[in-house]
Amino acid sequence: MIDRRYIGHTLPAFQVPVEAGRLRFFAKATGQADPVYIDEAAARDAGHPGLPVPPSFLFCLEMEAPNPAAIRELLGMDYRTLLHGEQGFTYHAMAYAGDTLRYEQRIADIYDKKGGALEFVVRQTRVSNQRDELVAQLRCVTVVRNA
Amino acid sequence: MTTPALPDWDALQQGDALPPLELPPITRLALALYCGASGDHNPIHVDTDFAQSAGMPDVFAHGMLSAAWLGRLLTNWVPQPAIRSLDIRFAAITHVGERITCTGKVHEKFEHEGRRCVRLHVMTANQDGITKLSGEALVAWP
Repeated sequence: MIDRRYIGHTLPAFQVPVEAGRLRFFAKATGQADPVYIDEAAARDAGHPGLPVPPSFLFCLEMEAPNPAAIRELLGMDYRTLLHGEQGFTYHAMAYAGDTLRYEQRIADIYDKKGGALEFVVRQTRVSNQRDELVAQLRCVTVVRNA
Repeated sequence: MTTPALPDWDALQQGDALPPLELPPITRLALALYCGASGDHNPIHVDTDFAQSAGMPDVFAHGMLSAAWLGRLLTNWVPQPAIRSLDIRFAAITHVGERITCTGKVHEKFEHEGRRCVRLHVMTANQDGITKLSGEALVAWP
């Protein structure tokens, strides 16, 4: 069982630069052909200051943490038993190529179901930009299958 | 596909469907590209040997690849700044070779603090209609 004393634990904040080339690669990988997500001129014509970060990409940038396995290692979770159960985004401001985003992660909850056969780790992440504006709140639920 | 204008809120009705987003069958190349572009290097999605060592018959798609497609479903319908939230549950594994379709429906229309809003139900399903992801999105008019 995962030690419940980690509920409320916060991880060291980290910063991630948003790179235009990475956004174009993400557009290719997700079949996104809308020029607003690929071409800076099209983005500006649509009223954006640069290439927008698409809705789910804030989760991807979270994996640019200095140690993306930090929570897994802290809680002693085995990669092979994990499933992504839920993912939520609440948006407050758009993010763009050229921004530097700050991620603050917190273990919001740990609980189990089916007599401990399934454990759930809820991570909440606050994302803000270089102007200290709140960009989004992320909520990730990881499921641990204890065979 | 180019960025749309916001639909007329007054004309929307509960049950109205968004234009669906149909994806081509999922290839291993698509999973490799998503692995690199997303930064999610979990080998279970790209390395068959690893997947089998974890008791899976084969590699399978990242849940967040389907989440990105749901993002496209939304940004095909409204400009992205109108999207206020997106909450997704991963209900079943999406396999190589499956043809996924993303759909969305107006579930609720309301005004909140003077802003016109729509709550959508969104989902992805395979060619047999099996639900893979389901979720909700909130869209607010400026």
